[in-house]
Amino acid sequence: MAMLEVEGLEVTYGNIRALRGISFKVEKGEIVTLVGANGAGKTTTLRTISGMTSAAKGKVTFNGKDLLKTKAHHIVRYGITHVPEGRGMFGNLTVKENLELATWTRKSKAEVKKNFERVFSLFPRLSERINQKAMTLSGGEQQMLAVARALMSQGELILLDEPSMGLAPILVKEIFRILEEINKEGTTILLVEQNAHMALKIATRAYVLETGTVVMEGSGQELSKDMRVKEAYLGG
Amino acid sequence: MSYFIQQLLNALQLGSIYALIALGYTMVYGVLGLINFAHGDIFMAGAFFGFFTAYLLKLPLIPTLILSMLLASALGIMIERIAYRPLRKAPRMSLIITALGISLFLENFTRATLGGQPRSFPKLLEIQDFTFLGASVTNLQVVIILVSIFLMLVLRYIVQNTMIGKAMRAVSDNKEVLALMGISLDTVIMVTFGLGSALAATAGILVGLAYPVIDPYMGITVGWKAFIAAVLGGIGLINGALVGGFILGFIEIFAAALLPSTYRDGIAFTILIIVLLLKPTGLLGRPVIKKV
Ligand SMILES: Nc1ncnc2c1ncn2[C@@H]1O[C@H](COP(=O)(O)OP(=O)(O)OP(=O)(O)O)[C@@H](O)[C@H]1O
Ligand SMILES: [Mg+2]
Repeated sequence: MAMLEVEGLEVTYGNIRALRGISFKVEKGEIVTLVGANGAGKTTTLRTISGMTSAAKGKVTFNGKDLLKTKAHHIVRYGITHVPEGRGMFGNLTVKENLELATWTRKSKAEVKKNFERVFSLFPRLSERINQKAMTLSGGEQQMLAVARALMSQGELILLDEPSMGLAPILVKEIFRILEEINKEGTTILLVEQNAHMALKIATRAYVLETGTVVMEGSGQELSKDMRVKEAYLGG
Repeated sequence: MSYFIQQLLNALQLGSIYALIALGYTMVYGVLGLINFAHGDIFMAGAFFGFFTAYLLKLPLIPTLILSMLLASALGIMIERIAYRPLRKAPRMSLIITALGISLFLENFTRATLGGQPRSFPKLLEIQDFTFLGASVTNLQVVIILVSIFLMLVLRYIVQNTMIGKAMRAVSDNKEVLALMGISLDTVIMVTFGLGSALAATAGILVGLAYPVIDPYMGITVGWKAFIAAVLGGIGLINGALVGGFILGFIEIFAAALLPSTYRDGIAFTILIIVLLLKPTGLLGRPVIKKV
C-alpha cells in the first residue's frame, strides 16, 4: 500500500467539475509532481487531500487512514503538511509567531528548537526578520516563510502548491535544493509547480493533469522527454 | 485640584468598566467579524452570577469573582455553540439578528425568572474612605481600577504570548490556513468567547459593587457604550478596546461635570457618529488596504 492513495476523486464547485475522477499515488520517500495548465485542478487536488475542500466522490487514504471524512486540523496530526497556493501568511503576526503556530501539534520543546535552528540556517534572511510582521515581508520572503512553516510542522508528507511562485531564479533554485534535501532526510513530497521543467527534474514520478483528469504518468525523466509534455508545459 | 483628582479617579473607574466589556466585543469581532450584541447581557448575567454566588454560597469577593467568571464563560461558550456556530457560513445579517435575539432572550429570561425590580448587590467589600492628594477616595474605587488593570494585563499576556493567543490573532488573517497548522477554529472561537465573557462578568460584579443595584436591563446602556468604546479605539484591536474604554470614561465624566447630566448618555452616541464619519477604523485602526 502506498503512503498516499487517491482513487476516482471527483470534486465539483457548483456545476463546475474541477476533478473528474483522478487516481494517483505517492509512495513513501518519493517526490511526486502534478503538472498541468491553469485550471487543470492541481490546487483542488491538494486542497482535497488536506481537507480544505470536500470531495463529491472517490477515496483518499494516507497510511491507510481515510482522509475524506477527516477534518483539516486532524489531517495535520496524521503527518500531512500543506503549503497552500498564495502563501497563506498570518499577516499581522511576526515571522517568529507564524513559525510557532506551525508547531501547534508538536509537543517536544527540544524538537521545536531544533526545527527553528534548521529553518534559520536554510533561510538566514528570515532569521534577520524574525520580529517583522509577515505582511511587511517581500513577496519572495513570504514564500520562504511559507516553506519554512511547512518545515516547522515536519510532516511525513508535504504538499506544496507552487512554492517557487514569484521568486527570483536564484531563489527558485534554492527552494528546489531545499526540497531535495528534506526529501533525502526522509520527507515525502507532493509538488505542484508552474515551473514544470524544474519540478520534473527533481521528481521521482509525475502526473499530467488536464481539465480534471490524469492524462499521462511516468517517471520525471520520461515525462520531461515526452514530446507532448514538452510542447504543452516546457515551452517546446 | 482635589476636585480634578476626584474626577480623574471617577473617569478611570468608569473607563476600566467600559474597557473590560469592550474587550469582549473586540475579541469576538476579531475572530468572527460579528458584533456580539448579546455581550452587554453577559455583563448583566455576570452581575447576577455574582449576586447569587455571594448570597447563596456566602463567598467573599475574590472567590465570587472567579466563580462568576467561570459561569459567564460557560454561558458565552454555550451561546456561541448553540446560536452562532450553526450560522457560521450564513449571511452576516442572520448572525447579527440572532445576536440581537439572544440579547432580548437573556434580558427577558432573567426578568421572567427573577423579576424586573432592581436588587441590591451584596456588600462584598467593607467600604472605607480615605483622602488622597486632597481628594476623597474609597477603597472600592481602588479595587475596581486595580482588578480591571490586572485582568487587562493578564489578557494582554494571553493574547501576545501564548499559542492560543497567537491563534486568536491569526484567525482574522487566515482561517483556512489556521486549520492547516492543526488548529481547530472551533477551539479558538470557544476560548475567545470564554475570555470575553469572563471579563464582562468581572465588570458586572464591579458595577454591582459600585452602584450597588443590579437589574435585568443593566446591560443595555453599558453594553452599547462599551461597544462604542471598542469602535472608538478600533474594533478588532485589543489595545483599541483599552484606549477607547478609557477615553470614553474620561469624556463622559468630564463632560458631565460641565454639562447638565441628562446629556451624559448622548455624548457616547455622538462620539460614535463622529468616529464613524471621520475614522471608521477607529483611533488605532489603520485604513483597510488589501495587499495583492
Ligand atoms: N472555489 C471555487 N469555486 C468555483 N470554482 C473553482 C473554485 N476553485 C477552483 N475552481 C475551478 O476549478 C478548476 C480547477 O481549479 P484549480 O485551482 O484546482 O486549478 P489549478 O490547476 O491549481 O490552476 P492554476 O495553475 O492556475 O493554479 C478551475 O476551473 C477553477 O476555476
Ligand atoms: Mg493552482
